[in-house]
Amino acid sequence: MNFHAVKAIYRFEMARTWRTLFQSVVSPVISTSLYFVVFGSAIGSRIPQIEGVGYGSFIVPGLIMLSLLTQSVSNASFGIFFPKFTGTIYELLSAPLSFVEITLGYVGAAATKSILLGLIILATASLFVPLHIAHPFWMLAVLVLTAVTFSLFGFIIGVWADNFEKLQVIPLLVITPLVFLGGSFYSVSMLPPFWQTVSLANPVLYLVSGFRWSFYELADVSIAVSAAMIAGFLCACLAAVWWIFKTGYHVKN
Amino acid sequence: MTAPTAPLVAIAGLSKTYATGFRALMEVDLEIRRGEILALLGPNGAGKTTLISIICGIVTPSTGSVTVDGHDIITDYRITRSMIGLVPQELTTDAFETVWDTVSFSRGLFGRAPNPAHIEKVLKDLSLWDKKDNRIKELSGGMKRRVMIAKALSHEPTVLFLDEPTAGVDVSLRKNMWDLVRALRASGVTIILTTHYIEEAEAIADRIGIINKGRIVLVEATADLVQKLGKKQLILDLQHPLGSVPAALSAHRLELSADGAQLTYTYDAAMESTGIAALLRDLGEAGIHFRDLKTEQSSLEDIFVTLVKEPA
Ligand SMILES: Nc1ncnc2c1ncn2[C@@H]1O[C@H](COP(=O)(O)OP(=O)(O)OP(=O)(O)O)[C@@H](O)[C@H]1O
Ligand SMILES: [Mg+2]
Repeated sequence: MNFHAVKAIYRFEMARTWRTLFQSVVSPVISTSLYFVVFGSAIGSRIPQIEGVGYGSFIVPGLIMLSLLTQSVSNASFGIFFPKFTGTIYELLSAPLSFVEITLGYVGAAATKSILLGLIILATASLFVPLHIAHPFWMLAVLVLTAVTFSLFGFIIGVWADNFEKLQVIPLLVITPLVFLGGSFYSVSMLPPFWQTVSLANPVLYLVSGFRWSFYELADVSIAVSAAMIAGFLCACLAAVWWIFKTGYHVKN
Repeated sequence: MTAPTAPLVAIAGLSKTYATGFRALMEVDLEIRRGEILALLGPNGAGKTTLISIICGIVTPSTGSVTVDGHDIITDYRITRSMIGLVPQELTTDAFETVWDTVSFSRGLFGRAPNPAHIEKVLKDLSLWDKKDNRIKELSGGMKRRVMIAKALSHEPTVLFLDEPTAGVDVSLRKNMWDLVRALRASGVTIILTTHYIEEAEAIADRIGIINKGRIVLVEATADLVQKLGKKQLILDLQHPLGSVPAALSAHRLELSADGAQLTYTYDAAMESTGIAALLRDLGEAGIHFRDLKTEQSSLEDIFVTLVKEPA
């Protein structure tokens, strides 16, 4: 195991984050604040409590998930796509590394950044609405596992994509709709029965539900099911990464 | 470690067929000796970059094997790659990182603990020390190429691959680059470089390998090759056209151009006596005056023609 390489990649990626501080931290904070102004205050004041929780507070876990998922995917995909695009990937390919180090470095950095971002949004939210975290340990666990899983997913997209369009199409066309339809801003129980069933096919529902449970003990599905689903995604992504490097797919000639 | 006389890099039966079906390398056998400078000479598309890329792990070989210091590049890739430094043909660098950061990054990537003293030495050797805190995008093309060399040297490799190191580098810098290459060789680094120019290979290499259409045509010590192929021509533009070469000059085996205005003398530049002095004296005595003269050396093209005509 080449730990120096993992560290080098990790530091390189984190340095990129600090350089692009505005884009990576400030803009998500601003957009989250806008959600609170619009949904929390303007609309939320007209929405009754959901199972005893004010609407503004209710949407906090979903909002964090929204940023966590989109940012994990876009960070990790960009991190590995960019060297392919500029050609600097030659150095990664010629270095004494296996896919384990490459993945650890890139995914580790992308996940770190998303986790920090999630915590910043949480802190921002606490300025707007009262927050209660019933299970801090589970809250952190879901946050970290989701960040890692979706950074892995983004990493896979970055390896697969051979142009900028492909790089952006998945986050835009898949992740964002799934998050919006996954109960980020509502409880699935508010939907008609048919759409409740359809929603169960949405993987993001399980993430949001589990995450919200750690705050308010409110969940659309049981926490055990959520935990199993997160573990399942994680394993699926790990298997995909392993397969990609095993076959040299889209990386080597 | 293998015996010190064993080749450092041994390539056997190496072939590469790209996904397009194109056969870029065919059954290449080549041994690179410890501590030598080997120049790979060949026209565009000959397979030089493909060969280097396979040894460095960027391209997967189709068949054949490569060992570096006795270790297989596929099964023992961690060992072989940590011994190798690569400066690729294309100028590909980061843009927003500083010179210092990007070179330190490379060292880490190749599994070495940080060593600021070594990075400092490399940057100083490459005249990049005053640029160490500059972002790479603020550098000129020649400086960027030196940054790529610095990156390749950051982890103290024993084998260095330079893929067309002088492309886009000005004349004085080119000299510096050759000095650096010689200094590296003196410190025990084995160097493989590619070039299109025989003059360049001649000036720097201990041995020259000629590669064409995916095959190694010949590998020979530079001195021997130059002697074999180093024919030079002296071309004289005459003041008055001649009808034929005067008998008094027949010993020089001159060739007269069709219009009678040019005389061509072919000689071996590597010989002690080129015969030029005698020729000029005889020309004077025969009363033949020339307006201008120039010399021409066999080009790579000529060498290929020669090699195809008389297989070495
Ligand atoms: N990824 C690829 N897919 C298909 N064919 C390729 C690929 N890379 C190189 N080739 C082909 O393989 C042949 C050898 O290319 P290579 O880059 O090794 O040549 P070279 O000797 O380095 O040439 P140059 O002097 O122009 O750099 C060329 O005909 C090229 O078109
Ligand atoms: Mg080339």
